[in-house]
Amino acid sequence: MLSLITAESAIFVIFVVAYLFYVGKSPSGPTPAVLHTPIFLSVCLLSSSWTIHRAVAALRRGEIASFAGWWLATFALGAVFLAGTGLEWRHLIVDEGLTIRTNLFGTTYYSLVGLHAFHLTAGLLALGTVLLFALFGKVKQQHAAHADVLSLYWHFVDVVWVAVFLVVYVIGR
Amino acid sequence: MSTADTLAWPGTRTTSRPLVDKLQEWVTTVDHKRLGILYIAYALFFLVVAGIEATVMRIQLIRPHNAFVSPQNFNRLFTMHGTTMIFFVAMPLVFGFANYLVPLMIGARDMAFPRLNAFSFWLTAFGGLILHYSLVGGYGLYGAGTVPDVGWWAYAPLTAKTFSPGHSSDYWTLSLLVSGFGSILTAVNLIATTISMRCRGMTLGKMPLLAWLSLVMAGLVILAVGPLTAAQIMLLIDRYLGGHFFDTQAGGSAVLWMHFFWIFGHPEVYVLILPAFAFVSEIVPVFSRKAMFGYPIMVAATIAIGFISCSVWAHHMFSVGMSVGGHLFFTVTTMAIAVPTGIKIFNWLATMWGGKIYFKAPMLFCVAFLFQFLIAGLTGVMLASSAFTWQTAGSYFVVAHFHYVIIGGILFAAFGAFYYWYPKMTGRMYSETLAKWHFWLFLIGFHVTFDTMHIPGLLGMPRRIYTYEPGRGWDTLNLIVTIGVVFQAAGVLTFVFNLVRSYLRGRPAGSDPWDAWTLEWSTTSPPPEYNFATIPTVKSRRPLWDLKHPEDPDWKYE
Repeated sequence: MLSLITAESAIFVIFVVAYLFYVGKSPSGPTPAVLHTPIFLSVCLLSSSWTIHRAVAALRRGEIASFAGWWLATFALGAVFLAGTGLEWRHLIVDEGLTIRTNLFGTTYYSLVGLHAFHLTAGLLALGTVLLFALFGKVKQQHAAHADVLSLYWHFVDVVWVAVFLVVYVIGR
Repeated sequence: MSTADTLAWPGTRTTSRPLVDKLQEWVTTVDHKRLGILYIAYALFFLVVAGIEATVMRIQLIRPHNAFVSPQNFNRLFTMHGTTMIFFVAMPLVFGFANYLVPLMIGARDMAFPRLNAFSFWLTAFGGLILHYSLVGGYGLYGAGTVPDVGWWAYAPLTAKTFSPGHSSDYWTLSLLVSGFGSILTAVNLIATTISMRCRGMTLGKMPLLAWLSLVMAGLVILAVGPLTAAQIMLLIDRYLGGHFFDTQAGGSAVLWMHFFWIFGHPEVYVLILPAFAFVSEIVPVFSRKAMFGYPIMVAATIAIGFISCSVWAHHMFSVGMSVGGHLFFTVTTMAIAVPTGIKIFNWLATMWGGKIYFKAPMLFCVAFLFQFLIAGLTGVMLASSAFTWQTAGSYFVVAHFHYVIIGGILFAAFGAFYYWYPKMTGRMYSETLAKWHFWLFLIGFHVTFDTMHIPGLLGMPRRIYTYEPGRGWDTLNLIVTIGVVFQAAGVLTFVFNLVRSYLRGRPAGSDPWDAWTLEWSTTSPPPEYNFATIPTVKSRRPLWDLKHPEDPDWKYE
């Protein structure tokens, strides 16, 4: 998983570079000024790293119920973030008229944030699968290592969000 | 148990299962050895396909104003030739050998993730099929054709909808995207295998060099193929969603594509050449009857190459107009990479020095590799100088240089590897006579073609032109270049004939025909599905030497 994360990081680095390279180069509006800084969503996503950590720790101790609870919390926080991104995009498309083909800012913004959202969705699907298994009582203490691998991926998605947040909402403006 | 088994005469081999059963076994296999052979067979098939494409191009260039193929088809030919050779010949070839050999050499029973392994192979396989499906399928814009014609590096804005209507560039980008995922997953698998599946006693410092080089190769794949994948996604966004990444009219940048492509492109060269180094590092000691000279330095040089190769990409772009600082940086790094590579060449020479050299086919190919790779490296250092490249960029000098690397280096080493491990993979010995014919025919053909090709390059002949004016001093040279192709084709045909004939009629090879020292030779040929009945324990870098010479084992000296 670590190798895969390295490969994924390389992909993200390229998108980040493209975003930074094109910041302020759009010949016409809208500009990054239309963005709202998603503080609440970021807090949700970052705290989900903590909850998944608690979940795996509980599984290692063999506390299945506690594991399922923390795991569900992680899933919920991730889902809230995804929904928030969806609302933000709806606002941008409907109210501001910014789509992926409007200008360079649109292209790079939607690709970078979209790539992250795609990884988040993949993570949610995996989390959801494990959640179903947990509900049917199939998750046991010996699966802690597997859950750990998944949590590694989830931490990665979070860390990428930190990078994306910095690039898009701090440096990019 | 089928009835054929129970009814067979005692002593006869019952191999008469229906063909469908056998095919089904191959298609659904997760065995690393079968997947390795599938990779290699796939690479050989596309080697012939892309070789034919090259031959057609050379026929077109045999004399000025030739009209063997149209200019449009010529563009398609060099695009398909380049893309196929890199992504669907060279990559599957190195992955195939790594797949087959790494678990055997480190004393494991399979790769870390066997099913992922099968998945990666089929991704790569279908990537190649998508690319070549463009020949027959898909309705593009009427009259535009569907075969990619943008060159193997597909510079923007050629790939924009305006200049590449229809689906031709889509076939190109999708096939690379799909096979790129296959490559990344294989690399993940190789790293996990090497890190966690080694048998008892095999520390990293006792691993065979091939395993080391494959490990570094896999690391490079992970770093390099990601950017390519990202760039392909951007290109797809541009083409399908109307994005502007590489759309210069909306402020996008064509140079950015070049950077992204070559951030992948140059490490890719080392992804391909490191396995070639690996083959040579295994073959040269065995056929010199000496242990590898300077093992730790070889490992260090490999890792150094891995690192430096990630910071040399823009030497492909000297003529695009970079800053002085950029030129300086990439000139220096590119020249610096010659140092660890030179160390390797000296180590191989030192291994041969004072050894008892047997010139069997694998060794012949390795010796040729040493000479040719040296020359390729020297023209490489010439091209590393940005001032020199301003004169020669986009000329046949560059074409000659990288074919020297890829054919004279990688392909020669790969041929050596084919002959060296053929007895292990099939259990049969190849014909040494035919192998020597192959060697000499291919050697002559290679030098006639690619030594000569440097000269029209220096005389100013640009690459990718479908024809040229007479009287520029290129005519005879081009004729000679094309004549060399005949020898090369004859060599490859001999090779394929040898493989098939020896498989059917070769004498049984036994488990260790070369008296070699690494673990794959300790099991039967071909190895059973589980590789080793008992997982071996090793004490030195040459476990089989210890086994054969208990009175003088290696581990006393390491």
